[in-house]
Amino acid sequence: MERSLSHIALFAALIAVLGFVPQIMLPFGVPITAQSLGIMLCGTVLGARRGALAVLLFLLLVAIGLPLLSGGRGGLGVFASPTVGFLVGFPVAAFVAGLVTERLPAPVGWAAGLGALVGGVVVLYAFGITGLSVMLDKTMAEAALMVTAFLPGDMIKVVLAGLVTHSLARMRPGVLLSRS
Amino acid sequence: MLALTSPVQTPYHRLPAGAKLAALAGVTVVLFRLDSPAPLAVALAAIALLHIPGGWPFAAHALRLLRPLWPFALVIALWHLWTRDIGGGLTILLRLTAALAAANLVTMTTRLSDMIAILERLAAPFARIGLPPRRLALAIALAIRFVPVLSDRLALLSDAWRARSPRRPGWRIVTPAALATLDDADHVAEALRARGGAG
Repeated sequence: MERSLSHIALFAALIAVLGFVPQIMLPFGVPITAQSLGIMLCGTVLGARRGALAVLLFLLLVAIGLPLLSGGRGGLGVFASPTVGFLVGFPVAAFVAGLVTERLPAPVGWAAGLGALVGGVVVLYAFGITGLSVMLDKTMAEAALMVTAFLPGDMIKVVLAGLVTHSLARMRPGVLLSRS
Repeated sequence: MLALTSPVQTPYHRLPAGAKLAALAGVTVVLFRLDSPAPLAVALAAIALLHIPGGWPFAAHALRLLRPLWPFALVIALWHLWTRDIGGGLTILLRLTAALAAANLVTMTTRLSDMIAILERLAAPFARIGLPPRRLALAIALAIRFVPVLSDRLALLSDAWRARSPRRPGWRIVTPAALATLDDADHVAEALRARGGAG
């Protein structure tokens, strides 16, 4: 009980802190931050249930007015902005990433990478694109066009999520709650 | 880490947080029902007028909080100029700005402690399915406490990296940061258990 609670709380803080890491600019001028890598790691490291709860806790902190989203955004306004779909999708993304890592009978690094791809890209983009299309009154195809610029950055993060989870498992076997 | 609550005291700071949240929900629903530029412009003007009691520094803070909207404003403006649907573009822009400004107004005039109190009250029904409000409050407090702790840890890790390499640390410090977080979480769990558990 205490172990679940402390892991959920500290990973919520980790998502926030990864958002402070300076943004890296991709060659064609799209900023990428480590925050969504934090979302993926919540799932691949803590597992589906705890990972989703950690992300929900992070969103609660943002909603009550702490500027913890990348770029120092926060407050209730972020839930009224065009990117609200991504925020709603965050906990689902962590859950799916965790579920794949838990269930897939493959080495943990590969399972985590695939989980991050399905959860952190496929599921998350489905939510994000739906949100954009509702908030900006565009068709799904037009909304999808707007987010393609972020796809390369997120693919890099998928690979990183797999690598980081793999190294964690090797350095400290048994540390991954998703595989215990 | 500072909350987004405005240091400028306004009459709204004294209103109960629950009432402000309910009003915000109502306003947002109405904004998404309005479907032409004129009523939305009136709504936006009304929300702008609500900032007057806070004076200029308060209004400037509110304007800064609207800044993340500009890339979307640019995309929408170009899109609707291209399709010659100026009215549709204006509707979307006015609605987005009004909804964001209204939500920011509530955030700017509600203290963090009031928000947490509301959250505990809203979470009370979840006690039956295994989430007592006390446990939620403990998780929130722990997460808030550990944001500066982990932030310092990350800064130390990147300093150590820079001492060893001329290149930027980048993603390579994510693994040690995650490992440190996992270790800290185990220590915190032991400390909680030693003090009688998480309740």
